Amino acid sequence: MTVAKPLPHDAARLHVTGGARYVDDLPTPPGTLHLAFGLSAKARAKVTLGLEAVRASAGVALVLGPGDLDPMPDCSPSAHDEPLLAMGEAFYAGHPLFLVAAESHLLARKAAAKAEIGYEELDAILTIEDAIAADSRFEDGPRVYEKGDVMAAISRAPHLVEGRVLVGGQEHFYLEGQSALAIPTEDGGMVVHSSSQHPTEIQHKVADALGRAMHDVKVEVRRMGGGFGGKESQGNHLAIACAVVAARTGRPVKMRYDRDDDFVVTGKRHDFRIDYRAGFDGEGRCLGVDFVQYCRCGWSMDLSLPVADRAMLHADNAYLLPAARITSHRLKTNTQSATAFRGFGGPQGMVGIERVMDHAAHVLGLDPLEVRRANYYREAPVAASEASGGSISGKMKGQPLPTADLAGRGSVKVETGSGKATRYGGAHSRVPATAENATPYGMEVTDFILHEMTETLARDCEFEARKAAVAEWNAANPVLKRGIALTPVKFGISFTLTHLNQAGALVHVYQDGSVSMNHGGTEMGQGLFQKVAQVAASRFGLPMERVRITATDTAKVPNTSATAASSGSDLNGMAVKAACDAIRDRIAEVVAAELQAEPAAIVFEDGQVRAGEASMSWEEAIAKTYMARVSLSATGFYATPGIEWDRIAGRGRPFYYFAYGAACSEVVIDTLTGENRILRTDILHDCGASLNPAIDIGQIEGGFVQGAGWLTTEELVWDGAGRLRTHAPSTYKIPACSDRPGVFNVALWDGANREETIYRSKAVGEPPLMLGISVWSALAQACAACGPNWPDLQTPATAEAVLAAVGRARG
Amino acid sequence: MSLSISLTVNGDRCDVDLDDPRVTLLDLLRERMALPGTKKGCDRGQCGACTVLVNGRRINSCLTLAVTLNGAEVTTIEGLAAGEDLHPVQTAFIEHDGFQCGYCTPGQIMSAVGLIAEGQAGDDAERIREGMSGNLCRCSAYHGITEAVQDAARRMASADERKSA
Repeated sequence: MTVAKPLPHDAARLHVTGGARYVDDLPTPPGTLHLAFGLSAKARAKVTLGLEAVRASAGVALVLGPGDLDPMPDCSPSAHDEPLLAMGEAFYAGHPLFLVAAESHLLARKAAAKAEIGYEELDAILTIEDAIAADSRFEDGPRVYEKGDVMAAISRAPHLVEGRVLVGGQEHFYLEGQSALAIPTEDGGMVVHSSSQHPTEIQHKVADALGRAMHDVKVEVRRMGGGFGGKESQGNHLAIACAVVAARTGRPVKMRYDRDDDFVVTGKRHDFRIDYRAGFDGEGRCLGVDFVQYCRCGWSMDLSLPVADRAMLHADNAYLLPAARITSHRLKTNTQSATAFRGFGGPQGMVGIERVMDHAAHVLGLDPLEVRRANYYREAPVAASEASGGSISGKMKGQPLPTADLAGRGSVKVETGSGKATRYGGAHSRVPATAENATPYGMEVTDFILHEMTETLARDCEFEARKAAVAEWNAANPVLKRGIALTPVKFGISFTLTHLNQAGALVHVYQDGSVSMNHGGTEMGQGLFQKVAQVAASRFGLPMERVRITATDTAKVPNTSATAASSGSDLNGMAVKAACDAIRDRIAEVVAAELQAEPAAIVFEDGQVRAGEASMSWEEAIAKTYMARVSLSATGFYATPGIEWDRIAGRGRPFYYFAYGAACSEVVIDTLTGENRILRTDILHDCGASLNPAIDIGQIEGGFVQGAGWLTTEELVWDGAGRLRTHAPSTYKIPACSDRPGVFNVALWDGANREETIYRSKAVGEPPLMLGISVWSALAQACAACGPNWPDLQTPATAEAVLAAVGRARG
Repeated sequence: MSLSISLTVNGDRCDVDLDDPRVTLLDLLRERMALPGTKKGCDRGQCGACTVLVNGRRINSCLTLAVTLNGAEVTTIEGLAAGEDLHPVQTAFIEHDGFQCGYCTPGQIMSAVGLIAEGQAGDDAERIREGMSGNLCRCSAYHGITEAVQDAARRMASADERKSA
């Protein structure tokens, strides 16, 4: 079996020899034009463009302003609210205003800089507070999910914990910037190479922009140099711009953003303000919690609604909340349009409840880990999978489908019409408080394993002894203070827009027995291609080198969902399995007589096709199948079973299952400067029965470091005029090699997924990011060790923020 | 204005006419010499994706003007392996899973080769991490990168010992 093996990434040799090609590395055909956008310098202004000098600039072939495009192509994955170019009014500093096509990248940029742009500035809404004051929002009111009677639960509670946490945004900083290359083909067709997590959406948006059908556009993605959600919708603009110019000029067209433009133009992780009010008993049990999440969405809708939904869906994290209310405001501001980023709102929601746990422990004088454990969901019963999803209403069935962007997570918009929610209620139905082990959205948690995982991790990392050592250190050292924290993760797996949970695959077996495999998922470093190839090799009983992985291609597998929501292996692995099994069944039918066995008794292993003692080589079986005139090519399809979700009511089973993890981090801070570092991190993470432990451990390490970076050094700063001032690695600090914990232990939880996923594995892309919360919590502990007061550490916990928190702790 | 330089790239002598003195080594490699293995990450010397060796030293090729390299010997990721035989650092990056998306990998590997040649880090993981901190990896494959550099340094040291014995 090739599954469950720690094989390296699929293109390992290409990566280490420089042979792995990304979009910007593809040889461009002769005559290729290069594009640059001219950008708005103002956050909100009426704009007049003087483009004569741009047109006259050396090497310029075409300049397009808003008046030159009719109809104006739309780049939005959701609400059709992102025209390719600003139409008279710029809505953020960085908003593309016009487009230059020139003979080289440099000439296009030089020309763009020559524009004479007139601005008539208008009042810009920049911050969460600005947006609240102006009631500037998406949807007609906040969404509210509610379980039990929160007000009563909190008012009856002996202890009240109240506060606010600011959760910072995050720049993706994929090392490979956004890029696209469009090549016109005969009869109005267009081939687009795009650095995109969502080829189908690129295909759909390009077709729309060109006024063509989707079958006229073919999108190919071999690999990305990192995506992290930043290439789910943010590549649309480049691909559309290239295709539009290619169609007009008949020439190939390429575009890539310079790094500064990439920062300034594209969306980032949503920043949040979360206000909380929670009631606790004296033992640290939460009796009720009321969250108000303010989510800064930026100037257009993009994927903000499902992001904000997922933040609500993770406001409980690992905790059984007897009563809870989550109110979510999706605020519209004159800033970059915030977008998908690994965790998709989940991390922000989780920071809220983890902050509440730390705050409660401080107020009650209890150990934070004990408070957490006292509030965990109940242990999973043994026959878990049967119990789940039983209480779901069927009301989503039969609703009309949206008319456009079906494959986009943003197409959630069509369901928002009934959003009549008001501050304390509305079109949501309250989940009865009697549900046994239910989330605030009414989903029974039937696979909870964190009690045992926490126990194991705490034991293996010697949590109690080290906690005592930290206390001892802190008593003896006035300047350097340490902190240690253990935090859990429970992350829901599935697209919350239920229809996106589908995938297709195409598998060919050639006459010589070699296998070519294609599916809708894209490779961005997460190891999806290798994992899925392992599935194919396993089904056929072949060594990996007999399976060729091919680039994601909309002409091979249509109607795919974005490679997002951690779903890549779950969905595409199953689709490939279905295709392989169809071919296996046909081969078995052909060779059954010769092997003197029933087709069902035939097995495929070690390059052989066997029935008991009788066997033939795979190659021989393939030759016989071909000679028998039986097809050796098949498509496969998979749709996740059992999920149903009503996002307006906040009820149902949005997730097929949960992925779990726990991390313990120990940190030290310098109380004179706020400088800090991670001394040690221990992680225990649940990947079910891992398809590839090496790749999964890489995802866990990488996710943790990225999460820790988000909550510590990665600070986005907009100035008072709405300009992003941290737009390069010089000013925006992502973790470097020297920033990872000095001691870093990662272990996989030994257990299978209770649901029938591909080889009982679990999704791993996003969940580990939230293990980084342990660092932030440990930093808060270190700050709290400086004085008697609540340090109220905010995020990102930069040295400056830590220093401020130390000051507050001292009072 | 035209300037002519002559340099060696991956062992091949190249005569280059530059139409602009501001052409960087990175653009020269990627756009003129069909060597796209060296990556453009930030184009301002802060991410390390463009790291190559010039006369055996690691440098950011995006900050190096090609015109300054007359007579220089440049090694890029494409010139590191000896035919089909990978350089020990390349092998170690595969064995220790020192990458995910691979985009920073050429720079990481060239930087590691330079670091090992500098002889400063030895076997010390802490110093390797410090010495490699100019090469950002957003996937954060730093654990594997550190192990790979450590392992390659060891292998190269013992190979050197065998040679001198």
